[in-house]
Formats: sequence, C-alpha cells, structure tokens
Amino acid sequence: MIRDKGLTSKIWRFAIWAVAGLFVLNLAAVIAVVIINSFATRWLGTWLPAGWTTRWYFDAWNEFQLSDVVLVTFEIVFTVTILSGLLGIITAYALARRDFPGKKIVVLLFLLPLLIPTLTYGIPLATVLYQFGLGGTFWGVVLINLVPSFPFVVLVMIPFIEQIDPRIEAAARVFGAGTTSLFLRILFPLLLPGMLAALLLVLVRALAMFELTFLVAGPTTQTLVVSLYYAVFASGVRASQSIDAMAVVYMVTTLFWLVIALQFVNPTQIVTRAKQQSAH
Amino acid sequence: MSAPSLRSRLAARGLDGTTLLILPGLIFILALFVYPFAFGVIDSLRPKEGAWYANYAKFFHDPYQYGTIAATLWLALPVTIVNLALAVPIAFRVRLMRRQRLLTTILVLPITLGTVFVADGLLTFLGPRGWFNHALMLLGILHEPLKLTNNYWGVFASLLITGFPFAFLLTLSYVSGIDPAIEQAAATLGAGPRQRFARIFLPLLVPGLAVTFCLSFVQAYAVFPSAVLLGAPAGPTRVISIAAYQAAFEQYDHSMGSAIALIMGGVELVVVVLVLAGRSLFYRGPAGGTKG
Repeated sequence: MIRDKGLTSKIWRFAIWAVAGLFVLNLAAVIAVVIINSFATRWLGTWLPAGWTTRWYFDAWNEFQLSDVVLVTFEIVFTVTILSGLLGIITAYALARRDFPGKKIVVLLFLLPLLIPTLTYGIPLATVLYQFGLGGTFWGVVLINLVPSFPFVVLVMIPFIEQIDPRIEAAARVFGAGTTSLFLRILFPLLLPGMLAALLLVLVRALAMFELTFLVAGPTTQTLVVSLYYAVFASGVRASQSIDAMAVVYMVTTLFWLVIALQFVNPTQIVTRAKQQSAH
Repeated sequence: MSAPSLRSRLAARGLDGTTLLILPGLIFILALFVYPFAFGVIDSLRPKEGAWYANYAKFFHDPYQYGTIAATLWLALPVTIVNLALAVPIAFRVRLMRRQRLLTTILVLPITLGTVFVADGLLTFLGPRGWFNHALMLLGILHEPLKLTNNYWGVFASLLITGFPFAFLLTLSYVSGIDPAIEQAAATLGAGPRQRFARIFLPLLVPGLAVTFCLSFVQAYAVFPSAVLLGAPAGPTRVISIAAYQAAFEQYDHSMGSAIALIMGGVELVVVVLVLAGRSLFYRGPAGGTKG
C-alpha cells in the first residue's frame, strides 16, 4: 500500500478519521440513550438519570402485550423465512441451470420488487389483500412480506447454485439417483451454507421490515416493529421509558439473529449482495 | 427415421422438467406483484368521481399534494449527496485497514435496526434536553438548545444515520474491487494523491458510484416512519409516501392512494434514469489490472 507523507495528507487523514469517529460516536449514543432511558426512574436534562429501575420492562410487557406481540412476530417472520426459502431455492435452481426463451424477462420480474419503492407496490397490493379479506390477518402479513423476501432469496441463491458443478448432478444421475434423492442427498448438503446465509438475511430483514407489515397489520397481527411505531407515534400517552423498554426488546430480538447471521455472512453482504446484482 | 419428439425439441431450447420448477415462483410473482401493480394502475384511472385522469389532475392542482414531491426531493437529494460525499473518502481510508470487520459490523447495526428504532433513539438524543444539545452547550458551541426534532433536521439526521452506513458499505465493496496495482503504477509514474484520485480512481469508480447513488436515493426517497415520527408530517416533511398513505388508509380512497404511489414511483424513476444516463458519459471498462 502507498502511504503518503506530508502535512496535507496527515491533516486529511486525521479529518477523515475524525468524521468517521464522530459518526460512530453519535450512532453509539443514539443506541445508548434508548437503553439508558429504559432503565431510568427519571431522566430530564442531565447526563445520566436520577436513579435506576427495571420496572419499565414489566410495565411495557403488560401494557403493550409484548408476550403476544413477540409470539406473533416470530410466527410471521419464521413463516416468511421458510416459505421464501422453499420457493426461492426451487426458482433459483431452475434459473441457474436452464436457459430458456424469456428468461431475461423472468429475472427482471424478480428484480422489480427490490427496485421499486415499497409503498409504490405496497399500497395497491394492500388494497388487493383487503379486497380478498386478507387485510389484518396472519396470512395477509405473511404474503405481503414474501413479495420482497422471496426474490431476495432467488437473487442470493442463483450465483451460489451456478458455482456447483452440474457434472456432480450428472454423476448422481448416472448412478441412478432420482430427482428426490438428487435434491436431498446431493444438492441440499452442497447448498446448505448458502441457504443458511440467505435465510438468516431474510430473517433479519423481515424482523425490521416496517412499511409493508404496517400497511396490512391488524390489531392481532402487529409485529414488534409496527407496535413500536404505534407506541412512539402516540408518545405522551405512555411513559417514554416504557416505550424505550419495548425498543430494547425489539433491539435484542433483532441483534440476536444479526449476531447469528454474522457467523455465516460478511456484514457488507447485508446490503450488497442482492443489490449489486440488481444493478446490472 | 422420425423427427425428434416434441419433448426433446423443447428440451433443446431449454424447456424441460427442471425449467418447470420456476412455475411456483413465477405464479407467486404474477399474483402478488404483477397483478396488484396492474390493478393499481387501472384503479388509479378509475377515480371516485370525475374523468379517468381526475386523480392525477387533483394531485397536480393541489399545492398541498404536489408540494410533497419537492419536499421529498429536498430531503432525499441532499441526504444522498452528503452520504456519498462522506462515504467515498472514508471508504478509501478503510480499504487500507486490515481489520475492517469491526467497523462494518458497527455500521450494519442501524441498517438492521431500521428507521423506527433510530427515530425513537433520535427523539431522545436530539431533543432539547438530550445528549447532543447538552454536549454542544458544554463545549460552548451553543448557548441555547437547537430545535432538532419534529422538523426537517430530525428527518435529515435519521436518513444520515441509516443512509450513510448503507452508502459506505456499497462504496467499500466497489473500492475494494479496484486492483491496487493500478494505483501503484500511477504512483511509480509520479502521480500525487490528488492526481491518483482524480485521474485513476474516480473514472473507475463512477459506474459504481452512480449505482450507489441510485440505491441510496431510493432508500432516502421512500422515507416514511421517520418523516412521521421525527419530522413535521403536516408541514415541511410531508413527504410523498405520507400523502399516498393518507389518501389510501386515512381517507379510504385507494384509487387516489394508488395514483400517488404511482406518481412516487415515476418521480423516482426519472431521477434514477437521469443518474444512470449521466454515468454513460464516463469511462466504462475493467477495473482489474490484468491484460485482456
């Protein structure tokens, strides 16, 4: 690597690190403020609160019916993950292995939900779901969340499948493997790492997916992030500590899965993998 | 000798049992994306009252409605430019770091936590008695607290906190894709840091930066929860997504809601096409150092 010496380079380097440091500092402060406030008895205008307590967690747990909300969140998110995984891998396999007329159009169709602003297709889609009586129901929320997650799995899995040598499959065929055992005994083990990464990314994204869930969620199908939005929106009705306690619950659930996901994927993949492909 | 069967003729064109595996996915996308989208287009042309174009006419005659386009762009464009202007120099520094993982992990946090959480944190952090104002007053930069929430700057800050890491991580992946040998060659031939950036890196980066700009812009442009929670949703941060949401789910006029949603997509498309058209004016070619 080239290292420039000289005063201007030094100042420039210092300035860049200072800006980056300031950003990280502010980011840490934003997260810290939420955590501190959730444990505060009273916190007004000082550096740290007057005293510490854990009662806001019990308050929030009862007031916002968090046990129900957390349960519903996991039901929705896991259903979305499993369905988009199944559907996505089957589709990605066909797209990776075959060239057929009209393939470009099909690939474009899978790209569009990731490129068009969520509300642009979300509002007509939510209208359709309400007309079919799915608004506010569990399956309505699952279906609307599948629209961006399923193409995401397809785009992550296509390059992964392409790198598996088709001759391995041919060899399995020669030795008499049927389609089912080919999938179960050859492809599945080879695809497992890629599938795990793709599904964990979908899980993390589905937990934080606000706009689409917000459009169709009813009182019994709110996910954590939507409940949090309503709580912040109506702040003043409840103690801010109680809202922040709920935000911490949301943060912990999301970060739990993020930490697991980061064992299998590089942090940059959370934004780049599907996005970069969608650019070309 | 008979002609090959229909089955083998189709297989030769790539249509066989395996190809049929795309059917479930394709049907899903047609039913839940293409159909609703087409439904939205037709629905927007069938207003509650008036001629087929009444929704669009209403939108473009009411300053409270068409003003949202300017309000959205006035937020999204500056934020995207700031995010990119910060991301490029920092990515150039970080590229030289060996242990990038810690920094990238920290930066992935706001993206995964999402705008609702960030908005909640910023409400306390930037509030009149929050740490931000407190620190600035302690340093003597301010004498009385700045109003940073429930206005333009609150939304700006939230888009910065979630948008900068996004732009940075994308830029970093493009910057690391440039062969360092090219830079070394330029340095050997006597190019200073500024020249190396302007004449070597920038032309190679422009395509990647254009894509990063578009994707960051798309995110900032679709701002919704933070514009409501941190902004002034009836005033200067009444962005177009709020207008679309209100029409569809508060006034129960899904026809108008679809129309605004489509206008929203159209405006975004114009910006993206302009940026990508500008990209083609620059160098396009390999960023690797090998011959070929």
